[in-house]
Amino acid sequence: MATAPHTPLPRWEEDPILAVEHLFMRFGGLIAVNDLSFKVGRGDITALIGPNGAGKTTVFNCITGFYKPSEGRLVLAHGRAPTDGELASVTLIGERALVGASSGVYLLERMPDHRVSGEAKVARTFQNIRLFTGMTVLENLMVAQHNALMAASGYSLKGLFGLPSWNTAQYEATENAKYWLDKVGLTDRADDPAGDLPYGAQRRLEIARAMCSGPILLCLDEPAAGLNPRESLELNELLRSIRAEHGTSILLIEHDMSVVMEISDHVIVLDYGTKISDGTPDAVKNDPRVIAAYLGVDEDAVEEVEAEIEAEVAGSTTEATS
Amino acid sequence: MAQIVDTAPASAQASESVLAHALKDAFITGLVALGLLGPLIGFETVIIDGALGLNYRPLVLAVMVGIIFVGRLILNLTVWSPNRQPKIRTGPTVFDRAGAIIGPVVKPALLAFAICFPAIAVFWSGGLNPSRYLVDLGILILTYVMLGWGLNIVVGLAGLLDLGYVAFYAVGAYTYALLATSQPIHDFFAALVGEDFWSNWAFWFCLPMAGLFSGLWGMILGFPVLRLRGDYLAIVTLAFGEIIRLVLINWVDFTGGGAGIASIPRVTFFGVPFERGEDGFAALFGLSYSPMHRLIFLYFVILGLALLTAFATVRLRRLPVGRAWEALREDEIACRSLGINTTNTKLSAFATGAMFGGFAGCFFAVRAGFVSPESFTFDISAMILAIVVLGGMGSQIGVAVAAAVMMGGMEMLRNLDFLKEFFGDAFDPTLYRMLIFGFAMVAIMVWKPRGLVSTRDPTIFLKEKKSVSGDLVKEGHG
Amino acid sequence: MDIFVQQLINGLTLGSIYGLIAIGYTMVFGIIGMVNFAHGDVFMVSTFIALICFLLLTTVIGITSIFLALAIVLVVAMFFTALTNWAIERVAYRPLRGSFRLAPMISAIGMSIFLANFVQVSQGPRNKPIPPMVTDVIVLMDNNGYQVTLAWKQIIIMVSTAVLLGAFWYLVQKTSLGRAQRACEQDRKMAALLGINVDQTISLTFVIGAALAAVAGVMYLMYYGVAHFADGFVPGVKAFTAAVLGGIGSLPGAVLGGLLIGLIEVFWSAYFSIEYKDVAAFSILAITLIFMPQGLLGRPEVEKV
Repeated sequence: MATAPHTPLPRWEEDPILAVEHLFMRFGGLIAVNDLSFKVGRGDITALIGPNGAGKTTVFNCITGFYKPSEGRLVLAHGRAPTDGELASVTLIGERALVGASSGVYLLERMPDHRVSGEAKVARTFQNIRLFTGMTVLENLMVAQHNALMAASGYSLKGLFGLPSWNTAQYEATENAKYWLDKVGLTDRADDPAGDLPYGAQRRLEIARAMCSGPILLCLDEPAAGLNPRESLELNELLRSIRAEHGTSILLIEHDMSVVMEISDHVIVLDYGTKISDGTPDAVKNDPRVIAAYLGVDEDAVEEVEAEIEAEVAGSTTEATS
Repeated sequence: MAQIVDTAPASAQASESVLAHALKDAFITGLVALGLLGPLIGFETVIIDGALGLNYRPLVLAVMVGIIFVGRLILNLTVWSPNRQPKIRTGPTVFDRAGAIIGPVVKPALLAFAICFPAIAVFWSGGLNPSRYLVDLGILILTYVMLGWGLNIVVGLAGLLDLGYVAFYAVGAYTYALLATSQPIHDFFAALVGEDFWSNWAFWFCLPMAGLFSGLWGMILGFPVLRLRGDYLAIVTLAFGEIIRLVLINWVDFTGGGAGIASIPRVTFFGVPFERGEDGFAALFGLSYSPMHRLIFLYFVILGLALLTAFATVRLRRLPVGRAWEALREDEIACRSLGINTTNTKLSAFATGAMFGGFAGCFFAVRAGFVSPESFTFDISAMILAIVVLGGMGSQIGVAVAAAVMMGGMEMLRNLDFLKEFFGDAFDPTLYRMLIFGFAMVAIMVWKPRGLVSTRDPTIFLKEKKSVSGDLVKEGHG
Repeated sequence: MDIFVQQLINGLTLGSIYGLIAIGYTMVFGIIGMVNFAHGDVFMVSTFIALICFLLLTTVIGITSIFLALAIVLVVAMFFTALTNWAIERVAYRPLRGSFRLAPMISAIGMSIFLANFVQVSQGPRNKPIPPMVTDVIVLMDNNGYQVTLAWKQIIIMVSTAVLLGAFWYLVQKTSLGRAQRACEQDRKMAALLGINVDQTISLTFVIGAALAAVAGVMYLMYYGVAHFADGFVPGVKAFTAAVLGGIGSLPGAVLGGLLIGLIEVFWSAYFSIEYKDVAAFSILAITLIFMPQGLLGRPEVEKV
């Protein structure tokens, strides 16, 4: 370690908001995720990519509590990364979380889905959009603030009698919703049913709804699927501004490489449930195993491709330097 | 375009043979009807001299099959004629549009009518005592309006199909019956505040108790079952409803068994009994005694309870819990991804609905003065559910109209005695009530699966309140 | 021991009847995902059709061979019950296919109420008893006067259940109808695109389910010797319990569940309390659904996110 003081650790090693450790997920005999470990840096935009059926959505479902992992630990850190000692003690005492004044550590594999969102503050969107189609756009955003409003309404008692404290809370929630409507450009359609929106707008609304729940980690499952190039660009802008203005870390699954390579700080590549590459977009782009996985090359051919790429990279660098 | 060209000669040909086709179709239908009705209408099993024998009814069978044949033929030539262009309509129904126009007026108008109803009844029937029938009918309808609104929270808002709602109605009724007739409680109050106290005040003490108990039962029954899928949930709630009824029948020591519990204390005007005599309601207000005072008071009690249900529902819908109910109906998985504890949310809907069922049950017991398991059969659950679905799930006004139409209709079927002139004295029109009710349920579903009012009112808006088309609203797990 | 054996025989007989009805529930649920609430009442209608046919044959036509009469009754009841269920599907369920999910269920509840009251109105509200048809018994054990008997009618019930199940199993597993049916269960739209007549397949499912319910109806009439208009609901719920217990959608499961429910009911009545036997059946339904919703032989469901 001491021999390499000049190469700083990447952010995901130094201050991970989420550490996935030895995650396994088995469905009967099928192993969907096989000993997967990776880290997501605080404030980073991290992309999880891989060919179809690589187990990306399964990883998402494990992180967000919809599936109980067969094995493994999922550590989410609020404030700062926990020390090894803290982590060991939380794991040993069997608690699902240890929360201090300015920091907290949550073991997501021990939490049911609604607690992952409500307490650990991990919000998500879905591959096939799941909006409340029969409710209006504004109502969708109000539902997202359920837990805060529920407490403010005194678990319905204060709200039932319309006490002023409830009215204030409701007003603030509406303001928050308005902010996000503005952000995703849906203010004009606030009173329309969510099911009436065009596809791209539904995708944006789903992101706005997730953000309304005030997450520290936002998990997006193929946010650019079905979007046209212009909408993809807008999405990039939106995600960047979410990170810049709210400090929300983003973990996304995406097939659209223009989105992945453009905005992410860190890319993890899955194939057949195992990690085959992990690093900056540039590093991953040139990883022969990634190319092999995407192009479907035989195991034997990997080395050939590797050699080819090396030659190409060498060529391009000489070109650039000359 | 190509299609039209292709089918044009064919349709010309078809129009020539419309009659032949219609006849053939009607003939087949008649044959099927003969097969369906033949055994059960054509023959009647009767007990002759202690053994079972058969009666023959060829005439009735022929008439019924004939009606079906002719009816189908007429329909084939008119409504279902291939020359007629079918109109496909989506979006808001006539009732929705009517609702949008007269919507602001209809609620206050109905409310005013409900409040003035006893006066109208007295005026209409020409006196206090003759109005008994109408006021009774009003009480019946309002009871079902209230039950419909209560179940609407569970089925219409939260999207949980509950086929055992009658169980909570029963719990409410038995709570009142058991507490009000309980000797220890009576003795306790007799020693404390006076002999008549408990019989005079029982209803007003038991009403909240009945609601609480039913809500509690809703939680107890709901807790294990609420993670089930829609159809399964429906069947389990049905099973629970039946279990409670069977326990009421068989636990004779506690519930009086099939005979039920009689002579339950009547309702009082907040402690003042409706009696002839010095301490009675009439004497207190300087009126001449009439048994109708009690009935009219009961009418206002149930009106108040129903309005309480409506008011609470409207308020709850605008609170986070109500929005979570509707979100749950729309997409449970999305709810969980937003940190909503779906188990608690479902339980709260189930318990709230059960609580209003309990209030209604308590009212039922005080009105009838008698409870028995007979009153809490599955038919009642089916009827309340039919009211909710016919009304349009989630719509308060729709449910109220549906309750009035259904209960009023059922009541009208009681008055079909004039039909005896046609069918003879053996003809009992009341037997046909449930027959027609069952048929109406099927017909309504085929005609209007989404009920009278199919649009949904948003609970909050920024600029303009636009109602949401029923096509977008999901029906939950049911 | 002797009581136990006797109850075992009785339980298996009753269970055969439940199993036959349960198949109708399980098949319809498998193919259109709907709890056919009216199925219990279809079963009740079949007991009345069987009753009328039996009376016609014995009192009017004067057939003396009870087995010939039973065979004719069986065929007639199967035909007319199947026709009834076919018509019910056409009128009450088919227009609602693809409509919102509550609609067919409520339509089925309405149909159930309609059928029960139709029979009440047309046949009267009283019990309809017939003299016992087959009275011979085989004494299996004799223990100080307590005889363990196997009645001929019990043998008839169990044997005909087994034979019909075998035939039916062959139909679903080996014929093209069965293949079409299983295809519709998997994906109705795709099946239609591949040229399967989905409407016809669904109709046939209802017809087969009703025919088996009619067999159960004839057996019930022969076993208990009585028909009553309200006797559809409780056997219906019990058969549904059987279907759920065995794993809804699974045919062997339905039969297994039926036998189990029959045994549980009989043993419960014999050893605990006869008053609470229906409570026991309903409780088993609730407990199964809560703790084992996939049933004994059903496939577990994985929630798709």
